[in-house]
Amino acid sequence: MSRKINLRDALREAMTEEMRRDESVFLMGEEVAEYNGAYKVSKGMLEEFGAKRVIDTPIAELGFAGIGVGAAMNGLRPIVEFMTWNFAVLAFDQIVNNAAKTLSQSAGQFKCPIVFRGPSGSAGQLAQQHSQTFEAWLANCPGLKVISSVDPRDSKGLLKAAIRDDDPICIMESEVMYALNLDTTQPGKRTYSFGKKTWETEGLPFTDEEILVPIGKAVIRRTGTDVTIVSFNKMMLEAIEAADELAKEGISAEVIDLRTIRPMDHETIINSVKKTNRLIVVDESWPFAGISAEVAYNIQRMAFDYLDAPVIRINAADTSLPYAPTLVEEYLPNPTKIVKAVKEVMYVNS
Amino acid sequence: MAQVVEKQKVTKSKTPAKAKVYSKEMYLEWYRLMLLIRKFEEKALQMYGMQKIRGFCHVYIGQEAIAAGLESALIEGDAIVTAYRQHGIALGRGITPKAAMAELYGKETGIVKGKGGSMHFFDASNKYFGGNGIVGAQIPIGTGIAFAEKYKGTKNLCVTMFGDGASRQGALHESFNMAMTWKLPVLYIVENNGYAMGTSVERTSNVVELYELGESYNMPSEQVDGMRPDAVHEAILRAAKHIRSGEGPYFLEIKTYRYKGHSVSDPAKYRTKEEVKQYQDIDPVKMTEKKLLNDKLATAEEIKTIKEAIIAEIKEAVEFAENSAFPPASDLYEDNYVQKDYPFLK
Ligand SMILES: Cc1ncc(C[n+]2csc(CCOP(=O)(O)OP(=O)(O)O)c2C)c(N)n1
Ligand SMILES: [Mg+2]
Repeated sequence: MSRKINLRDALREAMTEEMRRDESVFLMGEEVAEYNGAYKVSKGMLEEFGAKRVIDTPIAELGFAGIGVGAAMNGLRPIVEFMTWNFAVLAFDQIVNNAAKTLSQSAGQFKCPIVFRGPSGSAGQLAQQHSQTFEAWLANCPGLKVISSVDPRDSKGLLKAAIRDDDPICIMESEVMYALNLDTTQPGKRTYSFGKKTWETEGLPFTDEEILVPIGKAVIRRTGTDVTIVSFNKMMLEAIEAADELAKEGISAEVIDLRTIRPMDHETIINSVKKTNRLIVVDESWPFAGISAEVAYNIQRMAFDYLDAPVIRINAADTSLPYAPTLVEEYLPNPTKIVKAVKEVMYVNS
Repeated sequence: MAQVVEKQKVTKSKTPAKAKVYSKEMYLEWYRLMLLIRKFEEKALQMYGMQKIRGFCHVYIGQEAIAAGLESALIEGDAIVTAYRQHGIALGRGITPKAAMAELYGKETGIVKGKGGSMHFFDASNKYFGGNGIVGAQIPIGTGIAFAEKYKGTKNLCVTMFGDGASRQGALHESFNMAMTWKLPVLYIVENNGYAMGTSVERTSNVVELYELGESYNMPSEQVDGMRPDAVHEAILRAAKHIRSGEGPYFLEIKTYRYKGHSVSDPAKYRTKEEVKQYQDIDPVKMTEKKLLNDKLATAEEIKTIKEAIIAEIKEAVEFAENSAFPPASDLYEDNYVQKDYPFLK
């Protein structure tokens, strides 16, 4: 049966199903148990699984991330929730120096099957310290896998796959998109809605069947022929919106949702560019040494002859994000900026 | 569940002086500041409801006596650093209600030009080193500010404030240890309001008397009644004297309570109405007002005049914020680097 679901509930279903299936999986983090999660992702899980498996921690990110690493090395499968990824910076020592390196250091004797997850990205006017993305920081580190996704179905399937995966995985959700709803109840339609906004996308329906999404595979959210727009996390929604705008002007954009950042699915991007010959990358992270640079490097290396224009990327500004609304507006990628970039690579006047 | 502070626990035999008598002026000063903070915060909540203020907004209602008793005990040149629940401390520091309200609105006339919002006020001219949004981050930073005072050979100290939740961060232990070892002029204050978001102090540790955290470093540590500005003032004077004599840091656990949720979006279902009422019964603003009247330090007429003046000041602050402009988009590229011609990627 096809269903409707929002991102928050989809993530909870993923954790709940895996915890029912495997005793060694547990959830730990700030406010995850009694408060039902700062963003209510773990609502009801304490009730179902009890305090042994749904664990409230003090505000001590370095400590509880490390406790997760130790538990993972010793046979458990922790899900460590960060209230937001901004606070996981305190835990980077354990993520980067330990989770990522345990297998290598121990020559394969110890693995570290752990999931670090939580919301990330700008979420309105939260100012400098509370608006950051970390895909590029973590994807830079060998040993880690990095997932960044908002599609409710795919996020569920990726989280389930991540919990079963034997490598350490960082999952970036979206602080503002937990209520993003996916409706697949109308045959042939796949609609997101958030508040008054809606987006039509391609992809698989959300059903009662078990969903496992392979880590490392991108998906095409909108098929098109004129230009490829690579995106991930909530920037995928901006890309779809831009594609809708472009369609009105007769420009057919193909929108790719990376879903997994590391390993990156270059094949899907290359195949799309072979068809469209033009590439835009939309990435909420900072431009310097970012994910967008990685995508652009690979396409020029692997599909140089197919490109009819230089790759353009739309990133957050190369600055910290202040509080005032005018500055937030200037900072973030948006459909207008994407449309402009598309016209640039298509050499049409805007 | 958080308990109203019954007795003040004191270590290192620093028995608090018997209820010292303070002047009428002193009580009036405390009362004015506490009322200013209370009214400012109430207005901020109202304006948040009207979506004039966005983002995270953590108010100080219930904790005002700390800001009041703190400032009256410091001297020129002392520094303060605290967390995101900072409007009250900032107003005490001398940031005007206008500059504070405009900041909450995100306007260019705000104390940091609309760049910081509710969590990040800074004021170099008043040695206010900010509102920090990362829980516990300011503990080592305050220690470093104190380090610089000592290095420069001043008599000043740095008040380093944090919440009960922050006291569980490893940074506290690292800072306490170095501050004691190097005898740094830092006054650590944990504002123990009983909760870190929805988590009570009791649920975060088996050490629930937070002042005890200082003891493992042999740091003089006291528990203080944070519902009374005079008690706060006295404790801080005592601590500051110790610190200024060059003997190193001091730790105060100031017991207080926040009446509202953690932030605007928290319905605070994790505690009872009765618990909140227990504290509202000993509300610092109300109790100080009562004292002023009972001890005939002020007439009802004088109190009324003070209230009206404060309400007018807050109203002006709102008008000022309303009439100010948002920063222009080009401001995004200001203040990221000191270097003026920094080559941003655009
Ligand atoms: C490192 C870090 N972890 C988590 C958070 C999210 N957070 C913000 S405030 C808070 C609770 C802090 O409580 P406490 O220190 O007692 O201060 P209070 O809010 O009571 O003033 C949490 C968990 C954060 N901002 N920084
Ligand atoms: Mg607290």
